[in-house]
Amino acid sequence: MDFIANHLLTLILFFPALSALVILFLPRDEMKLIRWTALIASLVPFVLTLVLWLRFDPNISGFQFQEQYTWYEAIHSTLHLGVDGLSLTMVLLTTLLMPLAILASFKITDRVKAFMMLFLFLETGMLGVFLALDLLIFFVFWEIGLVPMYFLINQWGSANKDYASLKFMIYTMGGSLGLLLAIQMLGVLFQTYDLPVLYEKWNSIQGSLMGYPVSTVKTVAFWAFVIAFAIKVPIWPFHTWLPDAHTEAPTAGSMILAGVMLKLGAYGFLRLVLPLYPVEAKHFAGALAVLATAAIIFGAFAAYGQTDFKRLVAYSSVNHMGFVVLGIAAAAYAAGTTNAHIALDGAILQMFNHGISAAGMFFLVGAIYERTHTRDLSQFGGLFPLIPIYGGILIFTSMASLGLPGLNGFISEFLVVRGAWPILTIYTALSMLGLLFTGAYILRGIKMVLHGPLNEKWVGHLTDITKREIIVMAPLMVLILWIGLWPAWILNVINKAVVMLF
Amino acid sequence: MVFPILSVIVFTPLVASVLILLMPAERKTEVRMLALAAAIFALLLSIWVYFNYDQAAAGYQFVEKYQWLPVLGISLHLGVDGLTAPLVLLTGVVMVTGVMISWNLDDRPREFFAFLFILASGVFGVFVSLDLFMLFFFYEIAVFPMYLLISIWGWVKTREYAAMKLTLYLFIGSVVALVGALAMYFASGLQTFDMLALQNANFPPQFQHLWFPFVFLGFAVLGGIFPFHNWSPDGHVAAPTAVSMFHAGVLMKLGAFAALRVGIMLLPEGAKYWAGWIMGLALVNVVYGAFIAMVQTDFKYVIGFSSVSHMGLVMLGFSTLTKEGLTGAGVQMFSHGIMTALFFAVVGMVYDRAHTREIPKLGGMSKYLTWPTIGFIIGGLVSMGMPGFSGFVAEFPIFMGIWQVRPWVAILAAISIVITASYIMLVIRRVFFGQVPEEFEGHIGPINALDKVAIGFLSVLMIGLGMFPALMVPMVQTGVENVLRLLGGA
Repeated sequence: MDFIANHLLTLILFFPALSALVILFLPRDEMKLIRWTALIASLVPFVLTLVLWLRFDPNISGFQFQEQYTWYEAIHSTLHLGVDGLSLTMVLLTTLLMPLAILASFKITDRVKAFMMLFLFLETGMLGVFLALDLLIFFVFWEIGLVPMYFLINQWGSANKDYASLKFMIYTMGGSLGLLLAIQMLGVLFQTYDLPVLYEKWNSIQGSLMGYPVSTVKTVAFWAFVIAFAIKVPIWPFHTWLPDAHTEAPTAGSMILAGVMLKLGAYGFLRLVLPLYPVEAKHFAGALAVLATAAIIFGAFAAYGQTDFKRLVAYSSVNHMGFVVLGIAAAAYAAGTTNAHIALDGAILQMFNHGISAAGMFFLVGAIYERTHTRDLSQFGGLFPLIPIYGGILIFTSMASLGLPGLNGFISEFLVVRGAWPILTIYTALSMLGLLFTGAYILRGIKMVLHGPLNEKWVGHLTDITKREIIVMAPLMVLILWIGLWPAWILNVINKAVVMLF
Repeated sequence: MVFPILSVIVFTPLVASVLILLMPAERKTEVRMLALAAAIFALLLSIWVYFNYDQAAAGYQFVEKYQWLPVLGISLHLGVDGLTAPLVLLTGVVMVTGVMISWNLDDRPREFFAFLFILASGVFGVFVSLDLFMLFFFYEIAVFPMYLLISIWGWVKTREYAAMKLTLYLFIGSVVALVGALAMYFASGLQTFDMLALQNANFPPQFQHLWFPFVFLGFAVLGGIFPFHNWSPDGHVAAPTAVSMFHAGVLMKLGAFAALRVGIMLLPEGAKYWAGWIMGLALVNVVYGAFIAMVQTDFKYVIGFSSVSHMGLVMLGFSTLTKEGLTGAGVQMFSHGIMTALFFAVVGMVYDRAHTREIPKLGGMSKYLTWPTIGFIIGGLVSMGMPGFSGFVAEFPIFMGIWQVRPWVAILAAISIVITASYIMLVIRRVFFGQVPEEFEGHIGPINALDKVAIGFLSVLMIGLGMFPALMVPMVQTGVENVLRLLGGA
C-alpha cells in the first residue's frame, strides 16, 4: 500500500499506457475480453484519483504528491509531477470521462484492439499535461496526445474524416510550433525546465535578451504560448478545426475531444500563461476578452445555423469555452482581486462542467446517429413519443448546457459573469446577450429532434436508449445535478487553489 | 594481451564476405544463414562495446595500434569514443536487419551479401579509425561496393545513372577531402597520419581557414549537404532495399561523422570561421528538403528527400559548435539511421508486393501489411520529432544549440517540423489506408517472420531511446566534451 501511496501520480499517469501494452498481447478476436480489460484499465486511474481527491488537502499552498525522476539529464529536464486544486479538478474530469467513453464505444466492432489501445494511450497523454510540473514534460504529453486522437478520427471517423483529422493534426502541431520554440528559448536561458523554478526566474529577469529588450522577447514568447493554447481551446478565430474534427470523430472520440482535450488549452493558459506572463497578460487582456466575446456570440450564431446535429453541439463548445476564456481574461486584467478570483473559479468550474455536459451531448448525438444513421436535423422531428427516456435525458443534458439554474452550467457561467462584470463590463454584457442565443440554439435543437410533426419513417425503427447507454449517462447526469444544487464540494478545492495561485 | 574487439568487429564482415564467396552459388540458403550469423556476431560485439564503454573515463577506449607503414607514419589505430560507439552499434543493427530484409532476394544472393559485407567492413572501419590514412582507406572501401550493388541489383529504370552519379559525386568529394588531409599531413611536420597527434598540431589560423571547406565539404557530400545532395535521393531510389537501408542509415552518417572528425576536430579554427556558412547550407537542407519531399509522388523519393532534410539537422547541430547542438547531432545520427533503415525496409516490402511506388496508385496496404504499417507510423512519428520517440530526443538539443548561436535560424528550421508532419501523415494515409486498388485485391502476400523481427527491433530501439534518453545521451556527451576541448570551449 505504501508503494501506491507514494507513487499515486505516476500510477495514475502510466497505468492506462501500460494496460494498452497488455491489450496488445490479447488475441484480436476476443473483442469482449479486450473491451472489458480496457474498461477496467480506465477505472483503475479513476479509483486512484478518488483516493487522491480524498487525501488532497486544499489548504496547503503549492503542489502536493510531488514526484520527481530523472528523465533527460543532458538538457536538465526531469519527470516532475504534482497536483494542486486546479490540476486535480482536471485529472478528476479526465479519469471520470475515460471509462464512460470506453463504455460508450462498446458497440465498435472494427479493430477493437487498436481502438482501445489508442484510447488508453490518449488518456496517458492528456493526464501527463495536467500532472506535469516540468515545461518539457508538459510539451511532451501535449504533443503525444495528438497522435492517438489523429488515428481515432482518421480510422474510425465518418465520411469526411481524412480532411478533418489532418486539419486537426496540422493545425494543432503548427500552433504549438511557437510554444516549442519558446520552451527551447526558456531552457537555453535558465538551464532548467522545472516550472516552480521558471515561475520565479522568468519573472525576475531584467535587462536585455539576445540583443532585444526583455519586454519585447517576453511579448513575442507570450504570443507564442497564447496561440498554441488558443488553437486548442479553441478561441475564435482559431476554432475552424473544431467543428470538422468533432463532427467526423467517432462518438467516444468526440466525447473526449470536447470533454478533455479542449480543457488542455484552457489549462495551459492557467498553468503557464498567467503565472509566466502576468504583465503581458494584463496588457493584452482586452484583446483576449474581445476574442472570448466573439467566440461566445459567433459560436452561438453558428450553432443556431447548423443542420447537422453533431455540428450544432460542436459549435456550442466554441460558445461555452468562450466563457472560460472570458474568465481568464478578467483574471489577467485584475489579478489578485476578489472579482478576478470569482471569475477564475467560474472559468475552472466551467471547464469541468462543460467537460461533463459536452461529453454527454456528444454521446446522445452518437446514440441517435447509431439508430438512424443520419445527423441531419431535418430528418428527425417528433421523436419524443418514440423514445421517451432518450428524450428526457436529452432535454436534461441540454438544459445543463443552456445554463438552467439548478444545473451545473448555471453556477459556473454565473460566477464568470459575476467576476468579470466589474472588470470587463462591456464584454461581459455582450457575452450575456450571447447567452440568449445559447438558449435559442439549444431549444431549436430539441425542437427539431423531439417535437413537431413526427417523421413517419422512424416509426417502428427506433429503439429507446439501452441499459448500457443509461449507465454511461447516469454518472454525468448525477454530477450535473449535484454541482448544480450543491457546488461547494468542488468549488472549495478550486477556490482555494485560485486564491493561492493568482 | 586483451581481446582486439574492434579489429574483430571491423574484419568480421570482410572475412564473412570471403567465406560467402567461397561457397557454391546455388546454396542460397546456406549463404543467407552464414550472412545472418556473421551479422549477428558483429552486432553482439558492437552491443558489448557499447555497454562496456566506460563513460566516467571517457576518451578513446578499446584502443588498438598496429604499425602498417611506419615510414609514412601510417598505423592501424583503432578506438571508440562516446560519439562513435553509438554509430558502431547503429552499423551492427542495420547490418542485421538489412540481411533479414533481403532474405528473399533471389538474384545472386552470394555476390550480393559479399559486396554488402565489404561495405559494412568499410563503414565499421571509418567509425573506429584514429588514423587519417586508414579513415580514407576504409571510406573508399565503403563507397565502392555501392556502385556494384546499385548497378547490378538496383531498380532497372535508373540504376546505371544513379550508380554512376553517386560514385562520381562521392569520389570527387573524397578526393577534395584527401587534398585537405594531405595539406594537414605536410603542414603539421609530424610525419604521421595519426589523428590524435594531428589534433594537437596547432595549425595556424590562416591554414585552417583555407583548408577547412575542402575537408568539411568533401566529406559532407556523403552527408548530403546542400547543394551537393542530389546524388542521394537518386541513389536511394535506385538501390535495392538492404542497400538503401545501409546507404541512408549508415553511409550518410559516415559523411557527417568524417566531416566532424576530420574537419571540425582537426581544424577547429576553420570550423569556427566557417560555422555560419555551414549553418546556412544546413538550414537550406532542412527546410528545402522537407518541401521537396512533400511534392514527391514516388514513395521512395519521399523518404530519400526526408533523409536530406534530416541530415541537415545533423549538420545544423555541428555548425552550432555548442554542447547541446553537437550532442543532439550525435543522437540524431543514430536516431535517423534507425528510422530511415526502417522506412526503406517498409518501402521495399510494399514495392515487392505492389510492384509500384507511385503513391496515387497505392492504398489500403494496412489491410495486408499490419507490421509494416505500424513500423512506418512509428518511423513517421520519429521523423516529425514527436515527443516520446528518438527523433525528439535528438532534435530538441539541436534546436537548443541553435538558439544559443542564431535564434532566427531555429525559428526558420522549425518550419520543417510542420512540413514533415504533413507529408508523413499524407503518405501514411495514402499508402496504408483508404481503398485498396482493385488490382491489388488478394495479390498482396504477407511478410515473413524475419521481416517482422527486423521491424519490431528497429521500432523498439526508437521508442526506447525516446522514452529513456539516458540510454544514449550521456555517452554521446562524453564524446562531445572531447570535441569541445579541441574547439577551446569547455
